[in-house]
Amino acid sequence: MVSILGTAAIATALLLALVGLAYLLRGRARDDADLVRRGHRAVVALLVALTAAVALLEVALIGRDFSVRYVAANINTATPLPFRIVGLWGALEGSILLWAWVQAGYAALVAIRYRSRHQETVPLALAVLLGITSFFLLLMLGPANPFARIFPPPPEGRGLNPLLQNHPLMAVHPPFLYLGYVGFSVPYAFATAALLTRSMRDQWMTVTRRWTVAAWSFLGAGIVLGAWWSYEVLGWGGYWAWDPVENAALMPWLVATAFLHSVVVQERRRLLRLWNHALVIVTFLLTLFGTFLTRSGILGSVHDFTQSLVGPIFLLFIGAVLTFSVGVLLLRRDEVRDDGTLPAYLSRESLFLLNNVLLLVLAATVFIGTTFPLLAEAVGGVRLSVGPPYFNRLTVPLALALLVLMATATLLPWGPVSLSALRRLASPVVVSLGCVLALAGAGVRGFTLGAFGVIALAAAAQIAEFHRGARGLGRAEGRPYLLALPALFGANSRRYAGYLAHLGLALALAGVAASSAYRAENDHALRRGETFRAGRYLLRYDGAALVRRPDRLEVVAAVSILPSGALEASPGRPAAAVPALATLYPSERFYPQQRTPIPTPAVRSTWRGDLYLVLLAVAPDGSAVVKAIVNPLVPWIWTGGLLMALAGVASIWPGRRS
Amino acid sequence: MRETRILLAAAVVLAALVYVVAGGIRDALVYYLTPGELLAQGERAVKRPVRVGGLVVPGSKVWDPATRQLRFRLTDGSATVTVQYFGAPPGLFREGQGAIVEGTWDPGGVLRARSIVVKHSEEYAPPSPRS
Repeated sequence: MVSILGTAAIATALLLALVGLAYLLRGRARDDADLVRRGHRAVVALLVALTAAVALLEVALIGRDFSVRYVAANINTATPLPFRIVGLWGALEGSILLWAWVQAGYAALVAIRYRSRHQETVPLALAVLLGITSFFLLLMLGPANPFARIFPPPPEGRGLNPLLQNHPLMAVHPPFLYLGYVGFSVPYAFATAALLTRSMRDQWMTVTRRWTVAAWSFLGAGIVLGAWWSYEVLGWGGYWAWDPVENAALMPWLVATAFLHSVVVQERRRLLRLWNHALVIVTFLLTLFGTFLTRSGILGSVHDFTQSLVGPIFLLFIGAVLTFSVGVLLLRRDEVRDDGTLPAYLSRESLFLLNNVLLLVLAATVFIGTTFPLLAEAVGGVRLSVGPPYFNRLTVPLALALLVLMATATLLPWGPVSLSALRRLASPVVVSLGCVLALAGAGVRGFTLGAFGVIALAAAAQIAEFHRGARGLGRAEGRPYLLALPALFGANSRRYAGYLAHLGLALALAGVAASSAYRAENDHALRRGETFRAGRYLLRYDGAALVRRPDRLEVVAAVSILPSGALEASPGRPAAAVPALATLYPSERFYPQQRTPIPTPAVRSTWRGDLYLVLLAVAPDGSAVVKAIVNPLVPWIWTGGLLMALAGVASIWPGRRS
Repeated sequence: MRETRILLAAAVVLAALVYVVAGGIRDALVYYLTPGELLAQGERAVKRPVRVGGLVVPGSKVWDPATRQLRFRLTDGSATVTVQYFGAPPGLFREGQGAIVEGTWDPGGVLRARSIVVKHSEEYAPPSPRS
C-alpha cells in the first residue's frame, strides 16, 4: 500500500513539475501574469506531493514495512526509532528523495518570496529549479525508486550500517550537507535566468545572496559535522582522511567561498561578471558531482558503477547541465563583459582576485587527487589511490598563503592603498611575532611554528578590525566599547560576520595544525588495575564488562583518569585505591547484521585537547589492549568550523536595515 | 592587450599547477593490488607504497602482545603474502575476513604494514580476487 501511494506521490510530483514548467515558460513568453501565478502554485503543490512521499517513506521505515525494498535493506526489527527515522538518508534511494524534497522546498520558498517581485527573472529561475527537480523525480521513477517492492517481504530486514547508527551526529550531518548542496541551485537558477532574460545583470547575486550564504553555511556545517562524526565513531583518532566522500563536500564549499568574495567585487566595481557566472556554475556542478561520487557506487570500483543505471544517468545529467550552462554563457557573452578593468595596484580588490585564484587552485588540486584514481582505473585499468601526502603537500602551503591574504585583505581598504593604511598591518604582525616567540619558547619548531605564526597573524587581523570598528562606533555614537562590539553586527552585519567567519577559520586551522603536529598515540596491553600514562594523563584500566542492548552486544572497558601525580604523592598506596577524577568507557559493539565488531571510542575533551581511547581487544581473562591518543586542540576545529557557519547565519539574519 | 595578459597569467598558474600536481601525485600514488599482482610485480614492487587487499588466511594470525608484533597471511585465493605489523590488530580485524593492508613490500618476502585500513563507507570493499 505504502509502495503504491509513494510511487503515486512521486509521479504526481513529476506531473506537477512538468505542468509548472509549462505554465512558467508560456506565462513568461506571453507576459501572462495569470499563467505565471499558476506556475507558482504548481511549485508549491509539488512540495506538498514530495512531502507526502517523504512522510510515506518515514511511515514505512518507522513501521518496519519490509515489503518496501529500501526499508528491508536498511532497517531491521531491532533498529531503534531515531535511527529508523534517520534511515531516510541512510542509502541511495532515500537520499535522492531527500534531495528532491529539499529542492522542492527551496523552489517553493523562491515562489512564495518572489511572487510579486523580479517578475522578469523569477519565472525562468523557477523553471530551471523545476528542471533540476524533474531529473531527480525521473531518477526515482526509474532506477532509484525508494518505494520499489520486494516480494515476498522478508521476515527481517538487513539493518542500517552499524557505523551509521553509532552516533547522533549521523542524524544531522547528511541533512546539513544536502541543504547546502541543493541550496546552491538557487543562485545557479537566478544566474541562468538573468542571462537568458538579459535582466538583473549585477543584481542576481545580490538578490540571491541570502540563499548563497545560507547554502554555504549549511554545507560548511555539514562538512564539520561529518568530520566530527568520523572522529567520534571511526576510532582512528583522526577527522579528515582526504577520502573522496569528504572531498566531494569540500570542493563545492571552496568554490562557493571564492564566489562569496568575488561577488563583492562585482557589486562594488561592476567587474568579474563572467567570473562570477563561472563560479556559480562550477559550484552547482560540483554539488551534482559530489552526489554522483558518493551515491553512484563508483568509489568501490569503476566497474561496480555500471551495475546500476543511477551512475551513468547522473553523469549524463552533469554533462547536460554543463553543456546548457556553457551554451547560455556563450549565447549571452555580451551580457558578461566588464565595464572596466581591475586596478593593478595593491588593493582589497586585487587581493580578492588573488584569494579567488588560490581557492580555485585548492579546489582543482582536490579535484585532481579525487578523480585521478577513477580515471586511472577507467582508462588504464590500474587500481590505485592518491594518498594523503599528495593532498597535504599541496593544500597546506595554499591554505597558509590564503591565511596571509586573509589577514592583509581584511586590514587594507578598498581602492589604492596609502602608506597610512599599511600601518594597520603593524599591530597584527607584532602580535603574530609575539605568538611565534612564545611558542618557540614552549618548544614548537620548524614548519609548525611558521604555520602557527601565520594563523596568529590571520586571527589578530580580524580582532584588530573588530577593535577598530568598535572604537569608531563607540566614539561616533557615544556607546561604551563593550556594547559597541555587538552593535557592529547591526551596523554592517555582512562585513563583521565575514571577519567572524575568518576568525572561525583561523581557530579551526590552529586545531588542525596542533593535532597534526603533536598527536601522540600508543597502544597499551593492560591487566585489570594496571596504570599507564598517555601525555599528561595518568590512567588506570578497571576491567571490562559485557552489556546487552536491544539491538547489539557491547564489550565496555572502564578506564579511569587519576590525578597525574597520584603515584608519586604516596608511593606506598596501591593504584587501585586512588580515587578517579573521571572514567571513560571505550567499547566494542557487536551487531547481529555485522560479523565484525565496531569499536566505539571514548573521548574526553578540554579546551587544550582530547584524550581519545579505543578498545582494541579484550581477552577472556579480562586483560585488554587499549589505544590511547592525546590529540591537542581538536575541539578548536569543531568550535571554529561551527563559528564559521554561525557567522554565515549572522550575516543574513534580518537586521534593522532590511 | 588585457586578454593577452590574463591568458598569460592563467597559463603561468596552470603550468605551475600541472607541475606541482604531477610531482605530488607521482609520489603519493598507492597501488591497489591483490597478493597475486604484488608477487607478479616482483622486484618492481620493492620499497614502493602499496595497498594490498585480500582475505586473512584462517589460522595464520600470530599476535604477540609482549613484542606487540602481529603476523598473518593475506590471500586472494591463489597467491598468499605474509604481513608483518607492529601494533595491536585493529578492532575490525578477523581471520577469514577481508583486510586492506597499506605498507611496503620487503625484499625478504614480507609485506611490512604501516596500517591495516578499515574504511568507513559501505561502498568500500577489498578488491575481489581476480583469477
